[in-house]
Amino acid sequence: MGIEVSLEGKEIVYKRPKALTDAVTHYCPGCGHGTAHRLIAEIVDELGIQGTTVGVAPVGCSVFAYNYFDLDMQQAAHGRACAVATALKRLMPDKYVFTYQGDGDLAGIGGNETLHACNRGENITIVFINNAIYGMTGGQMAPTTLIGQKTTTSPYGRTTNEGNPIRMCELITTLPGVRYVERVAVNTAPRVRKAKAALLKAFKNQQENKGTSFIEIVSNCPSNWKMTPLASNKWIDDAMIPYFPLGVFKDQ
Amino acid sequence: MGETLLMKGNETLAEAALRAGCEAYFGYPITPQSEVPEYLSEEMPKRGRIFLQAESEVASINMLYGAAGAGFKAMTTSSSPGISLMLEGISYIAAAELPCVIANVTRGGPGLGTIQPSQGDYFQAVKGGGHGDYHMIVLAPSTVQEIADLTYDAFDLCWKYRTPVMIMMDGALGQMMEKVTFKEYKEPVRDISWATRGKPANGDRRVITSLHIQPEEMERVNNKLQAKYTEIKKNEVRYETQNCDDADVVIVGFGLSARIGTKAMQMMREKGYKVGLMKPISLWPFPEKAIEDLSRRVKGFYVLELNAGQMIEDVRLANEGRAKVGKYNRYGGMIYSPDEVVEHLEPFCKELK
Amino acid sequence: MAKGLGAVVVDIPRCKGCSLCVAACPTKTLALSRNINQKGFNYAEMAEDTCTGCGICSTMCPDAVLTVYRAKKPKAE
Repeated sequence: MGIEVSLEGKEIVYKRPKALTDAVTHYCPGCGHGTAHRLIAEIVDELGIQGTTVGVAPVGCSVFAYNYFDLDMQQAAHGRACAVATALKRLMPDKYVFTYQGDGDLAGIGGNETLHACNRGENITIVFINNAIYGMTGGQMAPTTLIGQKTTTSPYGRTTNEGNPIRMCELITTLPGVRYVERVAVNTAPRVRKAKAALLKAFKNQQENKGTSFIEIVSNCPSNWKMTPLASNKWIDDAMIPYFPLGVFKDQ
Repeated sequence: MGETLLMKGNETLAEAALRAGCEAYFGYPITPQSEVPEYLSEEMPKRGRIFLQAESEVASINMLYGAAGAGFKAMTTSSSPGISLMLEGISYIAAAELPCVIANVTRGGPGLGTIQPSQGDYFQAVKGGGHGDYHMIVLAPSTVQEIADLTYDAFDLCWKYRTPVMIMMDGALGQMMEKVTFKEYKEPVRDISWATRGKPANGDRRVITSLHIQPEEMERVNNKLQAKYTEIKKNEVRYETQNCDDADVVIVGFGLSARIGTKAMQMMREKGYKVGLMKPISLWPFPEKAIEDLSRRVKGFYVLELNAGQMIEDVRLANEGRAKVGKYNRYGGMIYSPDEVVEHLEPFCKELK
Repeated sequence: MAKGLGAVVVDIPRCKGCSLCVAACPTKTLALSRNINQKGFNYAEMAEDTCTGCGICSTMCPDAVLTVYRAKKPKAE
């Protein structure tokens, strides 16, 4: 049993954001998806935009994102979130529109929709979760799977025969329509705070209609990486970040 | 009263969509429908509406999903290979019960095929095309006037039933110029309480999805769709008949085939054969009852299609073996002439005399 | 730091026992319980009355199950 602590004379300094529903997520223990969801919900609360935000959920592990955000949401076909968001924002320029997509959805099957939405400079926030693997389908190789990384479809480790892991931030940054590109991580508390600041900026940018904001969140997949949550967060430091360097790639 | 103009089929489709209050158009160029996006790219911005040339048909249909899911009147158009690319999205749209209009200005296939007119997409349009148990309402005009009228209807029907509606017209109709009168469009009352425009302050959030991971729930969703399809079959069957009252043989054809069939019917009448014409306008729901009723009093159906024989299967199903069923087909972009039809129809009629 | 300055309340049924909060806690206040919740997870709990209310645990929690309290600052007279 834990200890009993009196709450008398104490005030709440952090509580679950209102923009999350009561649903318990299906994410595995320690999964960064939950953290990323929480940060977006905190931002929605802080900006007071629950009634003016429409989110687009992908196909992949975060397919059920619409069950977790207490927001109007659309679930898009695999890879097409940026196309759906394009229509939403063009028809409702006063609304905050964001997509939430994994690496398979955004960089694999949806590569074309992602590139063209960014190239058009759609005034949306794209939240890209890069955990270097297909989570929902059981740990297959993703476009961002690292060289040598073993997955259920690269059992001997990925080689360049399957292509090199794709660095989306670097690619997207070259497009003039894009305003803000940052790669963040959620494996340590300081990085989580930085990720939140980046997301906040990416949402606020929509107020100024100056182009696409693209936030890549380097995240973990403890179950499919076959690691404990703590070990998976360390692997982000050891293997992911050396290949996917954190930082601001563009801020105009 | 409306105004009468001389217009191309594709431009008529575009103009009718504008008049029906289409708020957003997303599309990708493909022959023989490119006049539609060309026309709308000029006219939509003038009216403060959204026109966007997408990077692909895949993106177009998903933009349509987004627009429809937010409760806007939206349309895309394409031609056969482009529609093939849209099928995944159409299945999602049907499952998520989103109202929108999709026009297919058909060309000859399979594959990249030809840019000449064809009716080879009948199966794709009426039997699903995409995955899962769904239907679209499919309307097939055969004149430029009908393109205008059915475009109005398409916008109304998609909202009435919250379902995708396809206007399917062959490339010849898209390209031909005819006289057209645009009636005044009456905007129906539209409920958009389900649409995602930001969570209401005193209400539940709205979710547009086609994912129902529990099979019990997915079966319920399917039951709801099937109930809707039953309702549509009850209310929205459209067809026209000519000279069927005394007919021994009835030509069945839609779109361009109905036009050619009409001429062939007249030529056969001049030769002394009692030939009528049945033109399905709603390809789904198919006028099966009308075919069934006719099958009890005619000797034969003669199915004209610019494909290898697709609608003929629905004619045979409704006919249930009662009348003799003949057919004449050209495909791959080739079109039969009325003389050619008569040449093949006459022996069929002789045999039944 | 005075004892009992802060407190963490864990929404036990939702906790998945990932231990990210435990590892991140700078004062080693939190630990995984020897007990399990309805889902079978050893949930996080306060093991020591050393919480400062810094909120690092909730920053790391993927499931937003932690409510963090801190002693009210005495009002300036």
